[in-house]
Amino acid sequence: MTHATQALDQMRPPYPAEPGSGVYSNKLGMWVFLASDVMFFTALIGSYIVLRFGAPGEWARPGAVLNVPLTGLNTFLLICSSVSMVKAYAAIADGKKYFLRKVPGKRLQDGGLKFWLLITIICGAGFVSVQVVEYIKLVGHGFTPAGYREGSLLAEHAAADPIKYGLTVAGLYGSSFFTMTGFHGFHVTCGVISMLYLYFTKVLPEKYSPQDYRGIEVIGLYWHFVDLVWIILFTIVYLI
Amino acid sequence: MRWWLPDAGSTFAGPIDTLFLAILIITGIALAVVEVGLVTFVIKYRARPGRKAFYTHGSTRAEVIWTAIPAVTMVALGLISNHYWVLIKDKKSIPPNAYHVGVHAKQFEWQVTYPGPDGKLGTSDDFTVRNQLHVTVNEPIAVELTSEDVIHSFFVPEFRLKQDAVPGMHIMAWFQATKTGEFELGCAELCGMGHYKMRARVFVHTPDQYKAWVAQQAAGGSE
Amino acid sequence: MTAVAHTPTTAHHEPMSFWRKYIFSTDHKIIGIQFLFVSLFFLLVGGLLAMQIRWQLGFPGKPLPGGGILPETMVVNGVILPEYYVQLVSMHGTFMVFFAIMPLLVGVYANFLIPLKIGAHDMAFPRINMASFWLALLAGLVMTASFFVPNGPIRSGWTNYAPLAARPDLSGVTVGQMLWCVSIVVLGLSSVLGSLNYITTVINHRAPGMTWFRMPLSVWALFITAILGVLALPVLQGAAIMLLFDNVLGTHFFDPVAGGQALLWQHLFWFFGHPEVYILILPAMGMVSDIIANGSRKPIFGYHSMVFAIIGIAFLGWIVWGHHMFMSGMNPTLGSTFMVSTLLIAVPSAIKVFNWLGTMWRGNLRFHVPMLNAIGFVSMFTIGGLSGIFMAATPVDIPLHDTQFIVAHIHYVLFGGSLFALFAAITYWYPKMFGRMMSHRIGKVHFWLTFVFYNMTFFPMHIIGMGGQMRRIYDPTIYDFLKPQQPLNVFISYSAFALFAVQVLFAFNFLWSLKFGKKAPQNPWDDNGMEWSLPNPAPHGNWERTPNVYRGPYEFSAPEAGDKDFLPQFVKLPTDRDPVPAPLPATH
Repeated sequence: MTHATQALDQMRPPYPAEPGSGVYSNKLGMWVFLASDVMFFTALIGSYIVLRFGAPGEWARPGAVLNVPLTGLNTFLLICSSVSMVKAYAAIADGKKYFLRKVPGKRLQDGGLKFWLLITIICGAGFVSVQVVEYIKLVGHGFTPAGYREGSLLAEHAAADPIKYGLTVAGLYGSSFFTMTGFHGFHVTCGVISMLYLYFTKVLPEKYSPQDYRGIEVIGLYWHFVDLVWIILFTIVYLI
Repeated sequence: MRWWLPDAGSTFAGPIDTLFLAILIITGIALAVVEVGLVTFVIKYRARPGRKAFYTHGSTRAEVIWTAIPAVTMVALGLISNHYWVLIKDKKSIPPNAYHVGVHAKQFEWQVTYPGPDGKLGTSDDFTVRNQLHVTVNEPIAVELTSEDVIHSFFVPEFRLKQDAVPGMHIMAWFQATKTGEFELGCAELCGMGHYKMRARVFVHTPDQYKAWVAQQAAGGSE
Repeated sequence: MTAVAHTPTTAHHEPMSFWRKYIFSTDHKIIGIQFLFVSLFFLLVGGLLAMQIRWQLGFPGKPLPGGGILPETMVVNGVILPEYYVQLVSMHGTFMVFFAIMPLLVGVYANFLIPLKIGAHDMAFPRINMASFWLALLAGLVMTASFFVPNGPIRSGWTNYAPLAARPDLSGVTVGQMLWCVSIVVLGLSSVLGSLNYITTVINHRAPGMTWFRMPLSVWALFITAILGVLALPVLQGAAIMLLFDNVLGTHFFDPVAGGQALLWQHLFWFFGHPEVYILILPAMGMVSDIIANGSRKPIFGYHSMVFAIIGIAFLGWIVWGHHMFMSGMNPTLGSTFMVSTLLIAVPSAIKVFNWLGTMWRGNLRFHVPMLNAIGFVSMFTIGGLSGIFMAATPVDIPLHDTQFIVAHIHYVLFGGSLFALFAAITYWYPKMFGRMMSHRIGKVHFWLTFVFYNMTFFPMHIIGMGGQMRRIYDPTIYDFLKPQQPLNVFISYSAFALFAVQVLFAFNFLWSLKFGKKAPQNPWDDNGMEWSLPNPAPHGNWERTPNVYRGPYEFSAPEAGDKDFLPQFVKLPTDRDPVPAPLPATH
């Protein structure tokens, strides 16, 4: 994450450091907050691991209930948003407050903070939208937090092949899936809203400068955290 | 008016009560040191005109002493305690010849299943009685604890026996009663509004009395 | 040699409207005072619930005086119903732990003291700080609302064990359980936001010269407590969310019928719960250290050991949670490991008690009201801590777990410990908050009466617990083995009523002194802390210019102090150099 910008940090950090930690307070505060969020997801993910390995029956096979390819694409989208976030950070560190600018000798225009942060917001919102659509489809098929809804298409499939669909522990499967991905989605949504707030109150009026772009770094830290949690979730919920 | 632990009624009571007493003595000494120290200092060092406090930031030697003594005491206590802990709670400690009884806890009663005349739990001559635990004195008894609904806790004070009954788990506990008589069993984990009345009677019989009781139960009678 | 007093100038701002100044304030001192009033109210609520519990235990089946005002779902013909009784015990614990003691120690004193004692103008994030208070208040209101919904509040104890708490059909509680979970999640957020403020402020906003090992122990304790909070509360939030979902969404986290695990709740709850009890005691220990050093007119004995003991307690506190679960059916080998860690955590606590004694040794003791309460704290926390050793030894926990012995232990550390420390702290920093002194006379009478009635109430609980009286039971007298102990239950109840009545003295003293207390001198306790360089009450923004710090926090009776027996951290002697602000990293 920030190692990509380490060279940049040495030259032009987002804000002068405070004595004490050597890091300005907003950044320290975000690190502390992220530590608390790690503990929150640890409770959820730890419980999932305990429940899954202690489950009295076979867990559903990957891909039986969930749409792995679509979510894989969604994962890629979220990773792209982290990349665009880094581009946004690099842009303002270089003072590029603009949206797009022509660069002599290059075919593509150069993106500034306004462009790259907007890309991040769009990708983030896209991720949430895809997840919402996925939820609606899943519930429609019969996959709920309580398990496979009676009389649904999914329940029929599961009755026909209980091992593949992990029928005996479908309740646990649904409980853990919706809780973990739901709260992750909530975190992404909060991130998107925060970025929108910053976009309209600080980015568009060009209030960030290379001497002070704390908000971008701080929201960037949060965004990378959310991305990292998703990579873990995607692996243990969808792939394994 | 009772001022102490209940009368000893099982083989566990001896070690547990001795350990309790040992801890009471150790903590009693520690308490005396602290409280006497406090009272002494409060009297001896109260402010008087012309006095000044002794300016010091501490003493490393004192720190070492009052760290080492508690630490060594705690480690010793742990080692001794663990020996009895394993004896009481480890599944492997249950004597192989123990007489098995099934106890199924539910809101708000104890359903006790007995092996019947064949002495084997899980066969067709088993019978179930509500809120009564009958055992033979001086015989190891293995309790197979299950729960119907929520967490309850099987607690017989005289036996120094306590074990939670957890839904979804099959938990073994054991004891050996040392005197005959009638005792009580209570639930020691809040299990709902009827928690307070989950009371059962515990009967410790001589071998003959127990055989007679089993025969009577198997014949369809009830106490 | 006379000390050259260096009184930093005070800050003053444009006048603010009443709403911005006292209601929607971002000033850490006002926020601390807001927490104080709200939490004292919840302390009263918790006490009223306790009085009803003691009525039922002392006089089972007898009509409660004034019980007629309660609805038929709680009290019938004046007699408390069993379902109401378990609600009383559940909510007494919930209110006291989450809405009284924790916010009194942390919400009040972390907010009020930290910037003042480290020489900062305010917290690192004043608006987040304000949000932390309003979220805590919201959580308190949501929790209180659970009394007024169908079927009332939770019935499963403040520890809310699943599956009882997860199944409305088994507990009889519906909306009340949801409100408990929601309230806890909101409170957790309030705690996390507060903690990240305290941590960031202590790390980054110390005044020049305020090195780590010149911070008072109150600040150290509050800092370490904040770290505990930031890492522990989110785990409880996760657990509460899973419990809420089991109740309303049909999930099965804790329901064995569908493959869930009943013990999962206990592991999650106690993984949070044990650090939580250290959150409930460490700030008390820190403030008591400040007050005992002041009352003894001597430096704290073993300052560095005290710091490492706080860190040791906090660190070990993460690996002892299973000692709440010795009887739970978890693997006995796990029980053995938790026993070891639990016995070890007694050691740093013992170190602290000996160091407080060492501080008083050869001191010149002033028995002001805070000092009386602080000494009371040491005396009773020792009992509470020692009683814990009985439970730590797993075989002895077998007869004692889930009996009144535990209730005695809890109350010795939380009331005998934390609450006495709070009486001390509230009295001590009252002048800084309100510019007036509380009455010494009433304070001394309150202390002695409370001390006596407190021990009369809670010491006998050890005995009843040894006799086998289980926790949370509505009527002990239905058990033959408990009937002989009932006289002690009656004695405890009468003592408890007297104890509660005596608190009127404290309430009166607190409220009356707000308007009629003696106007406070600038440094009424002859203390060394940075906060006493400011007028009483301290102004918005604290210091106009960041003050300098010249020495450690406990230089009482230092030779350099001359004929005074204290030497504040902010006083510059002719031999002192101004501290150079810490160099910033080379990247600049």
